[in-house]
Amino acid sequence: MRELVVISGKGGTGKTSIAAALALLADKPVVADCDVDAADLHLLLAPEVRERHEFISGHEAIVRAADCIGCGRCAERCRFAAIHQRKGIDGRIVYAVDPVACEGCGVCVRFCPAKAIDFPDSRCGEWMVSDTRVGPMVHARLAAAAENSGKLVSTVRKEARRVAEESGRDLIIVDGPPGIGCPVIASLTGANWVLVVTEPTVSGEHDMVRVLELARHFEIAAAVCVNKYDINLGMAVRIESAARANGAFIAGRIPYDRKVTEAQIMGKSVVETGGPAAEAIQQMWRVLCRML
Amino acid sequence: MIVAVASGKGGTGKTTVAVNLARSLAGPVSLFDCDVEEPNANLFLQGEMDRTDEVSLPVPAVDAAKCDGCNECGRLCQYHAIASFGSQALVFAELCHGCGGCMIVCPRGAITETPRRIGVVETARQGEITILTGRIDVGVAFAPPLIRAVKGRIEPGVTAILDAPPGTSCPVIATVTGADAVILVTEPTPFGLHDLTLAVETVRELGIPFGVVVNRVGVGDGRVHAYCAKEGIPILLDIPDDRRIAEAYSSGRLLVDALPEYRALFSELWRAVGELAAKKGREPEVAR
Repeated sequence: MRELVVISGKGGTGKTSIAAALALLADKPVVADCDVDAADLHLLLAPEVRERHEFISGHEAIVRAADCIGCGRCAERCRFAAIHQRKGIDGRIVYAVDPVACEGCGVCVRFCPAKAIDFPDSRCGEWMVSDTRVGPMVHARLAAAAENSGKLVSTVRKEARRVAEESGRDLIIVDGPPGIGCPVIASLTGANWVLVVTEPTVSGEHDMVRVLELARHFEIAAAVCVNKYDINLGMAVRIESAARANGAFIAGRIPYDRKVTEAQIMGKSVVETGGPAAEAIQQMWRVLCRML
Repeated sequence: MIVAVASGKGGTGKTTVAVNLARSLAGPVSLFDCDVEEPNANLFLQGEMDRTDEVSLPVPAVDAAKCDGCNECGRLCQYHAIASFGSQALVFAELCHGCGGCMIVCPRGAITETPRRIGVVETARQGEITILTGRIDVGVAFAPPLIRAVKGRIEPGVTAILDAPPGTSCPVIATVTGADAVILVTEPTPFGLHDLTLAVETVRELGIPFGVVVNRVGVGDGRVHAYCAKEGIPILLDIPDDRRIAEAYSSGRLLVDALPEYRALFSELWRAVGELAAKKGREPEVAR
């Protein structure tokens, strides 16, 4: 099983547009959208959902006001400042947990002398297996203001591998999240290759170097492509040499092309509508195929 | 006043809005770069580095002489960061959230806490702007504790602009919680619209007044504006699709310096944000 993870460090460099294009060019891939808190790949691949599953992860502390004795030990021990005093309906002092600040550690639950804090499972979103015109797709949606995005990413990747095995496909194309934190780490650990999509800007360079450091940290081979390279050719050249210095190889350069956004507005990938960017992506795919 | 700049979708122009706002204000302002995974604000402001402070999280340390392997700690820990398999408890520091529960629950007093470095907060200055940048160490997964350390440097009475990370999950929540107003930056494309709706859901959940800045107007279609009109969300500023802006950005120049005609737009944005924040009962600072 081969897994190619498209990441970027900096957001908005074109990860999703390029992941969709590669999925169209690949021979029988499975597609996984691991950008679970701002997933967009479905806008290009129009998945028809075949399975839908709740994503339950962690727990949420809830004080039963009627049983709270108002001692405040929970608030003293909460390291996340998630528990606040308030007046109960009968005028007594009681405590309540702010679900947004709560990290589900369970310390308040364990040490409440009145055993007045419940700790139910937390529903953090959902994940789906769908059919698209390129093949099966596994994707997800994190609930608003929910936690555990890394675990949801791991679930999406695990299911994508299962779907690939079941359908006799051996390439998974993963659309990853921006940044270098928990969901990115969950997206790339154990993958064969990462493709870092960057742009010729000072922030694109800075963020690419950090994400390449992360790939090295996890010993994953990295390829880089500079998207919209012609916005600043000098910067594109500088970024390519920084990428090489960080152990990556250059998979391609993609020109700025309004057809990419025009295709997006039609719900299509640019390789379905054509143009200079599409040609550059096709060229890059031939390079990536030799490497995969 | 505390204003957070957030987006849902990455690369829509959060940092551009944050740094140009900071530059357009009269008087002292602090810019907090809370995109600790990929902090970019000071690449543009080029502030002179003043100091760097390490930030650490308390993680458990087990005293082998006292631990009898009862695994009370392992049963309490929700993150699988500590466990005993019949022998001395093992700590997996990279999974620890620092809740302190294991230390309290240990019946033999065998657990103490030791700091684990997760990143730094850098302080830099550029004229009247103080830039506080959180920078997480590569390989560290959890950003919120570092974001809280960055925000711990907010001073009462000093205008604070928070540059948020992209997305809608915990690092974004950690950044925008406590803000008086949120600016959501988007672009007029299907991706921009979709991620804006997710960001709106999140900010509404938090109950903070917010408005929208649409960047690169002209590049896509009119659906973002139609959505905002339907939802009654104020459009605070339209930034046109102007190749000169992209070129200035690419080489790290500030928009209001490279193209001074945009300065008035950012002053106007600040006035509009002040009106939003006044819903929480505070006065806006005077724009230059």
